[in-house]
Amino acid sequence: MPKMRMNQAIVAALADEMRSDPNVMIMGEDIAVAGGPFKTSDGLLAEFGPLRVRDTPISEMGFTGAAVGAAAMGLRPVVEIMFIEFLGVALDALVTEGAKFRYLSAGQVTCPMVVRATVGSGLGFGSQHSQTLENWLMATPGLKVCVPSDPQSAYGLLRSAIRDQDPVVVLEPRALYAQREEVVTGEAGIIPLGSARIVRTGTAATVVTLGQTKNVVLQAAEQANLDVEVIDLLTLVPWDVETVLASVRRTGRLVVVEEAPESGGWGSEIVATVVRHAFDNLTAAPFRITAPNVPVPYAKDLEARYIPTAQDVARQLDRYLASGQIPAPWWVEEGIVV
Amino acid sequence: MTLDMRSARERRLALQDDAIEQYARMVEIRDFEERVNGLFADGLIHGTTHLCMGQEALAVALATVLRPTDVVTATYRGHGIALALGMNPRSVLAEIMGKAEGCTGGLGGSMHLCDMSVGLLPTFAVIGAGLPVAAGAALAFQNRGEDSVAVAVFGDGATNIGAFHETLNLAAVWKLPVIFLLDNNVYGEYSRINLTTPFEDLHVRADSYGMPGIQVDGMSIATVTPVLQAAIDRARRGEGPTLIEAKTYRFAGHSRADTAPYRPEGELEYWQQRDPLLVTRSEIVASGAASAAALDEAEQQMRVSLGELVDDLAASQPPALQDMFRNVSSREVHA
Repeated sequence: MPKMRMNQAIVAALADEMRSDPNVMIMGEDIAVAGGPFKTSDGLLAEFGPLRVRDTPISEMGFTGAAVGAAAMGLRPVVEIMFIEFLGVALDALVTEGAKFRYLSAGQVTCPMVVRATVGSGLGFGSQHSQTLENWLMATPGLKVCVPSDPQSAYGLLRSAIRDQDPVVVLEPRALYAQREEVVTGEAGIIPLGSARIVRTGTAATVVTLGQTKNVVLQAAEQANLDVEVIDLLTLVPWDVETVLASVRRTGRLVVVEEAPESGGWGSEIVATVVRHAFDNLTAAPFRITAPNVPVPYAKDLEARYIPTAQDVARQLDRYLASGQIPAPWWVEEGIVV
Repeated sequence: MTLDMRSARERRLALQDDAIEQYARMVEIRDFEERVNGLFADGLIHGTTHLCMGQEALAVALATVLRPTDVVTATYRGHGIALALGMNPRSVLAEIMGKAEGCTGGLGGSMHLCDMSVGLLPTFAVIGAGLPVAAGAALAFQNRGEDSVAVAVFGDGATNIGAFHETLNLAAVWKLPVIFLLDNNVYGEYSRINLTTPFEDLHVRADSYGMPGIQVDGMSIATVTPVLQAAIDRARRGEGPTLIEAKTYRFAGHSRADTAPYRPEGELEYWQQRDPLLVTRSEIVASGAASAAALDEAEQQMRVSLGELVDDLAASQPPALQDMFRNVSSREVHA
């Protein structure tokens, strides 16, 4: 098995899909000649040529809309949005047009396109280049959303996303691009959408993670030697209700750990669904560990506290497991916000 | 019984080189819109609707020069384009009335008409949204080496939204086989063009994007057809996009509730002298392609046919509740 960084796993997934299906093409800013701002399309121009690997103008609205039209005609375009925030100017094409084509055509038109966007804090890019923003997308029927957390899931989810018949957004935590590990490529490396992964087994609580919080929680569990089951959700829409419910039924407790602000976060959806279907199995109230309700700050020490830290996750999980009570977030615990 | 039972494709092909059929299609669009207006007044249609009286010549001309395999993106003011491209008035009116037999089963409504058998993508209810999608369809044709083209039909208001500018730039730089058909009907929603745009002749905007920009009288099929044909031929040859500004006039208000009290005095009357039905009719008669009597007969037949259709649809059923759960995604809607 080859060792790859996460960005190389993405190149491999794109190349494998482009080799197997001539309808797959990619476009975005600086992705062709330059090989991508994060080197996620390095070498593809040379292999597949300028029609299938297109540098675009800085026009997210234009090229995301073009992807919708190309997909409607049977291509499988993969669009790269350099930072998820730049999708703001192109949401119409994705959410209001592409995601509704199937519905508004009674099934005559589908939109098998992929939007890849880099997300997340941790690299000092400031408030306008560090959000995750999955909650912009998760309330749109017709749209699917997945979030890899390592090279293997980046490879496996992207291949599934390209093969899917609907528009799929792949949110790639850019702080993980340099993470390197062995990657299973080919059909065996493909991860179906909608399928979560148990990355640590345990009996005292189920901890649901997404993207960057997987590593945070694994580190916390390791450091504090916590008997928790850690689930990497991988796909947010449609998320794997069965795997999460089955785990909660075993452990009786649920914690969701999120990178985004507390208000309106995706974890609320998980908690609400678990309460609805497994209330009788719960031995304590479920809760969420999130970022505070602030923009992502720039200064290094502050940004480091924005995303839940392993240390704070360990503190909160430890207290929860011991008492069954919901611990306070760090900004309350430390008396900063009252 | 004079109901039109033809398929969309048959209706589309019937327009080829047939002046009477073209004129009858324009009458159909006009009569259809007037009936839709009446059905609203009678409470038989809910929601909103955007009528296209005054823009019939452009729609029919477009349908005569495109192949059914070409693709069109159009707007929420799209009944005329849909009928011109060939969609049977039954599937369009049933859709507007929210009936199961409508083109999207009553789930789309007036602003969302679609029939891929004649190349009409779901019409767009967001200003400018169809332009990049048309460019993308053209990109697909280009990548596959096909000589199909895509046409984006949009209004003057759309030339002030970012999607217009981004798409023209993108289409020019990639030489996409797309035609931007600007139906300049003088009004963007409730605002006259002079209130929103620094000039009224909009074809000049093509200059910024290195593509030909052509202005043409949109009230005359005879005038607009060769201009469309030339731009389409150019696109099929791989020479890139064209912006065509067709001068028309919106005889109706913006939407159902709008009686257009903001029009300058005399403007409507001025344009009514240039009514595309009158213009086209005189052109046909003058050219000898059909007699006035033949056009009268076709017109009369069309009006009777639509009247019967309206009566017929009264008993048509709305979609079932479970239909709203269909075609959301490739995956079933879950509990």
